[in-house]
Amino acid sequence: MCLLAPLVGSTSISLARVFDRSIPFTDNIDAQIFFIARLPRVLAGAIVGAALASAGVVLQALLRNPLATPFTLGVSAGAALGAILAISFGAAITLGPLSPVPLASLAGAFMAAAIVYAMATRPGRPISTSVLLLAGVTLNSFFSALILFVQYMGDFAETYRTVRWLMGDLDVGGFGPILGALPLIVVAFVIFAMLSSSLNVLSVGTDTAATRGVDVARTQRLAFISSALATSAAVSLAGPIGFVGIVVPHLVRLMAGVDHRIVLPAAAFFGAAFLVACDLVARTVLAPVEVPVGVVTALLGGPFFLWLLIRKG
Amino acid sequence: MLLAAVVAVIFTGLPARADAPTPAAQVTDNNGAHVGRIISLVPALTEMLFEIGAGPQVIAVGSYDEFPPAVEALPRIGALLDPDVERILALRPDLVLTYGSQTALEAQLARAGIRVFSYRHGGVAGVLRTLRDLGAATGHTAEAEREAQGIQAQLDAVQDRVRPYPRPRTLLVFSRQPQSLQQMYVSGGVGFLNDIMRIAGGTNVFGDIQRESVQPSHETLLVRAPEAIVEIHATGMMVAADLDRERSLWATLASIPAVRSDRVHFLEGSYLVVPGPRMGLAAEALARALHPAAFE
Repeated sequence: MCLLAPLVGSTSISLARVFDRSIPFTDNIDAQIFFIARLPRVLAGAIVGAALASAGVVLQALLRNPLATPFTLGVSAGAALGAILAISFGAAITLGPLSPVPLASLAGAFMAAAIVYAMATRPGRPISTSVLLLAGVTLNSFFSALILFVQYMGDFAETYRTVRWLMGDLDVGGFGPILGALPLIVVAFVIFAMLSSSLNVLSVGTDTAATRGVDVARTQRLAFISSALATSAAVSLAGPIGFVGIVVPHLVRLMAGVDHRIVLPAAAFFGAAFLVACDLVARTVLAPVEVPVGVVTALLGGPFFLWLLIRKG
Repeated sequence: MLLAAVVAVIFTGLPARADAPTPAAQVTDNNGAHVGRIISLVPALTEMLFEIGAGPQVIAVGSYDEFPPAVEALPRIGALLDPDVERILALRPDLVLTYGSQTALEAQLARAGIRVFSYRHGGVAGVLRTLRDLGAATGHTAEAEREAQGIQAQLDAVQDRVRPYPRPRTLLVFSRQPQSLQQMYVSGGVGFLNDIMRIAGGTNVFGDIQRESVQPSHETLLVRAPEAIVEIHATGMMVAADLDRERSLWATLASIPAVRSDRVHFLEGSYLVVPGPRMGLAAEALARALHPAAFE
């Protein structure tokens, strides 16, 4: 999917021309379309899809709740608040490849994650998953209220831009924003890989996990931190694209069982492919007008998931 | 979160679709009765009122009104989403100028027996028609006619001036993320901005899309390859230092002819986006950007 997607778009380009070194890059429209518009977009889709789907798997195991999503713990609402403040007040701070809006959303996500983490952890004791959930849900509502307030006070152009940000967008227009998000996602995936077998035990229950020699408190903390990192990076890159983080984990479990050593990598690959495919639909189906990718994920993924539920049920 | 998005979309109602009702402003009661106290909730209409000599009759304006400067002294009674009905009623207006989507407010005013002038944004022809309708509704028919003809003359002069020059395929940007070419909103093939661009001697590079606004991706921008790019910013987002940085963003899309020939222009000011009496100025500013040779 990731190999195929850059070749398809609202216009047809010639691969021969894309890689024709005899034409200067500034003159080569096909190469510019390929390297500036399509490739970064497909990469962003793959990274964001993989991050959200894996974070969903980890959080569903951590909270032992099938309804948990990467956005349950308030991280995305914090990111959204940051982004919307940056849009509304025209912030001008940049850091490396990060422009003001991604930077502010990253800051908002970290702040939200820190608040929830501080609420739910006690030294040396397992995380209280119910406190984690309640704090996350409360923070979500609180930040959403602040977002509505900022939107309500802002003028129309800004309000509409903030709404558009909330719909998600993978058209990042270069590799800079991806490089900005990549380190966080790499760290998150390294931790995911370390956690996959402990998550199997943890998802049965904390007591069982403790009797099997799993350091429950440590596993929970790492699970929370890694999924918060992955979610923060994904949301700052592409906005809060819904549906991937809740449904891809379930789809993968329906198809591949419950072993996290299989489910986690499968969800990462499937999430990547799913989001790249949805973005392909988003940028071609009504071309030259685009459909927000967050709309497509739910419109395509919803019926597919229901169909799978019926077939397996 | 999703709810927030949906709510905001419904309430802002942007962007308008091409098949939306034509911008014929309608007067609920046009019997020429004395109109001493007017409230305007729409900045474009407030400008028109002052322009046709009805300024002294205006007793309150909306939250976003900022032109002419005389509005600074007037009470504010909310705007599109949050009109303060109690205060409007307490001010005992004879006529209230509303936006066409404010149906609840219009119904309340009708129940209170207050005349309503309901308006929707439209193209250049819509502005001139609204101006005349507003003159009739406020007892300034002659001034409104004079003003409409004056604006038409301004527009004609601009159009004549740029006529000899080749029309560049133009991209008109009216909103985007700062320091990034993401979330860009540009003029589609209908509406006020599209009309102004045509008058100013540009051919809209998205003229085939029958919507007021289009959100182009990087790919679409590269493919459409505009020969001129004009970014208009209603508010002072652009201080001089920022301007260079914002302009340099376009360098990443170097195959676009406008970028290569250095025809990326930044214009600033609310007059560029308000479909009102200053649209002659807007057309001229755009024409100067697109055809500097015509003004030498």
